[in-house]
Amino acid sequence: MTGTTVDLIWLAPALPLLGFVLNGTLALARPTAKTLVSIIGAGVLLAAFGVAIAVFSAFTGLHAEAPVVFRYWSWIPVGTLQVDFALQVDQLSLVMLLVVTGVGSLIHLFSIGYMKDDPGYARYFAYLNLFVFFMLVLVLGASFPVMFVGWEGVGLCSYLLIGFWFSEEANANAGRKAFIMNRIGDFGFMVAMFMIFWSTGSLDFDTVFAHAPTALTAGGTAITAITLFLFLGCTGKSAQIPLYTWLPDAMAGPTPVSALIHAATMVTAGVYLVARCNLLFALAPVSSAVVAGVGALTALFAATIALKQWDIKKVLAYSTISQLGYMFLAVGTGAMTAGMFHLVTHAFFKALLFLGSGSVIFALHRAYHHTHSHEDAQDMRNMGGLARYMPWTAALMWIATLAIAGIPPFSGFLSKDEILTAAFARGSVEPIWLVFWGLSLVAALLTAFYMTRLMIYTFHGPNRTGEQEQTHLHEAPWILTGPLVVLGVLSAAGGLLNVPELYHGGEWLHHWLEPVTHPGAALRPEPPLVSGTEWMLVGVAVAVAVIGIVGAWQLLKPERLVPARTASAERGFARILRNKWYVDEIYDALIVRPLVWLSREVLWKQIDQRVIDGAAVNGAARGTRALGWANRWLQTGQVGTYVAVFVVGVLLVLWRAMS
Amino acid sequence: MLLSPALAISAVLFTLGVAGVLLRRNAIVIFMCVELMLNAVNLTFVALAQSLGLGGQVFVFFVMAVAAAEAAVGLAIILAVYRHKQSVSLQNMNLLKDG
Repeated sequence: MTGTTVDLIWLAPALPLLGFVLNGTLALARPTAKTLVSIIGAGVLLAAFGVAIAVFSAFTGLHAEAPVVFRYWSWIPVGTLQVDFALQVDQLSLVMLLVVTGVGSLIHLFSIGYMKDDPGYARYFAYLNLFVFFMLVLVLGASFPVMFVGWEGVGLCSYLLIGFWFSEEANANAGRKAFIMNRIGDFGFMVAMFMIFWSTGSLDFDTVFAHAPTALTAGGTAITAITLFLFLGCTGKSAQIPLYTWLPDAMAGPTPVSALIHAATMVTAGVYLVARCNLLFALAPVSSAVVAGVGALTALFAATIALKQWDIKKVLAYSTISQLGYMFLAVGTGAMTAGMFHLVTHAFFKALLFLGSGSVIFALHRAYHHTHSHEDAQDMRNMGGLARYMPWTAALMWIATLAIAGIPPFSGFLSKDEILTAAFARGSVEPIWLVFWGLSLVAALLTAFYMTRLMIYTFHGPNRTGEQEQTHLHEAPWILTGPLVVLGVLSAAGGLLNVPELYHGGEWLHHWLEPVTHPGAALRPEPPLVSGTEWMLVGVAVAVAVIGIVGAWQLLKPERLVPARTASAERGFARILRNKWYVDEIYDALIVRPLVWLSREVLWKQIDQRVIDGAAVNGAARGTRALGWANRWLQTGQVGTYVAVFVVGVLLVLWRAMS
Repeated sequence: MLLSPALAISAVLFTLGVAGVLLRRNAIVIFMCVELMLNAVNLTFVALAQSLGLGGQVFVFFVMAVAAAEAAVGLAIILAVYRHKQSVSLQNMNLLKDG
């Protein structure tokens, strides 16, 4: 207890939990009380954001170098394993706390307008509140198990919200896919936890990080295995190769959910985990290289798929995977601040992009609803020229596009540039990082290209929605555009958080996070760069972004597009990209089908039906029956026989007693 | 002085009783054989009471009382069976054996 407002940190997760309980009760008892649900659902989030700001300012006053840990109750006391339910306030968790509650509040407000006609309105807000609760447990937890509770909880809410419209089988399947893919990652997280406890004797963050440098040899097998298993958890939750395939399918959920869970907060949990364990990763250079390599590869791979998607949300989903790859490249490189910086700016501009696409889908859906048409409201081939009808959404999404493409001075430029610079600098010590830098530079080019493609096809050129529908296309109501405007300001100016010294900035975020990132950075210092090289790198990055945007503008002809129902299939390489490199099909052939075959033909038909049902269950019955049949001759039913046996028995007993 | 002949007679009586229970089919005869065994034991008690004290004689009264009660209940059962089956032969009393 510090005796300051920081002590109120428990309110931050408690408020959304309260919202979940109230909204959950309303969802069961009075699902039509939408006004009350809105007030509770968004109110608890705004209150939690207020708490976050209050805690943040109080914490700044403490000038704490070490995390402030609040132990509430003993949770798992088993022998030497002592886990308390404890929350931890430090610089890193505060950044996450502010992002989750801040962006979360905006998305809750947006949801009020977006979901207002949905029959499951109360259920939706109950799930959304529950998600925020678990996310805050994840970022505030002071030990691996508490974090794991949040980690699993957000996975559950993700599943519930992806399958929110579960009456469509595809949506329910998408939810299951996300859940199962995440199980693989969670297995890694758990194995890592066991190994951490085995080698350091504790699971509390402060104890583990204090003991790790002495308990584990740097670069040894144990620490490498621990960090690789942790990273396996990250690839599941944060959608990296090889476990990324659930995220594009997760777009089956409502669009604000995609913005909150599958872009801004939950999927960044892996980046947070690596940043939190920066000391462990600094001790394992091989794992760090794996993290950075997988990140760079994912960034490029997902960007290529995004080039040829028609579903506006699918483009953004692959873009999210790609940007998460950048974050992992940063934290794998050891540039924890750059990774967290990109996490924050990405939360701003990707939430804006998703909510903007939500606003577009909302408008198209309404237009098609008026004419009773069943066209796909998410297919970009049915859009075009929407800037004329929805100027606010178009302008704000352009800001986000410029930010993600890396055009100065928008937020994404500064954060992405910092990652590229860090990777290049690491390349002077370990040359493999030059490859990673090259991969991510190409990914940056593709990012600028596919985002411009999305904007051109959606907002510019002729409209393809349909003659009748055009009259019904309008800008979204203020409850939708309001949060967009706030996110637009943040996307444009979010870079101010960490302006590098190159532009005579204060690097606020870097200094703020220093107490958390210092242990790792001390073990693995970032190689310095001369400012001439830095300017050159900035020039290259900006040139790549500009080439991407201008190239898209020149190459793409929105006039030639036709509505989705009349469009023909792609040919050649475009077809491979359109089908996402057939990764889903490859996984299906290599893993799903053999597993289904094994389950059906061996486990079901042989083991279950023959061995268990046949030999064990029916065999026991048959054996008992045979034994009874064999023994029935003993029972004659004649009293004389029984008496004779009795007498013989008595004689035997007497004989034994005498001798 | 008469101990040995008395014990010998009771042993013969008891064996006759056991043989009767084992070999005869008629429930009444078997019942009588059981009484024979009880009385063989009674004779042993009385004979041994001469040298070992009065306890044996007292016990004989208990046995006789129990035998009387047994006779009442046993004969009633046999009567009931006869009413039901028109026979007192144990060979016909095998309901527990199916088929």
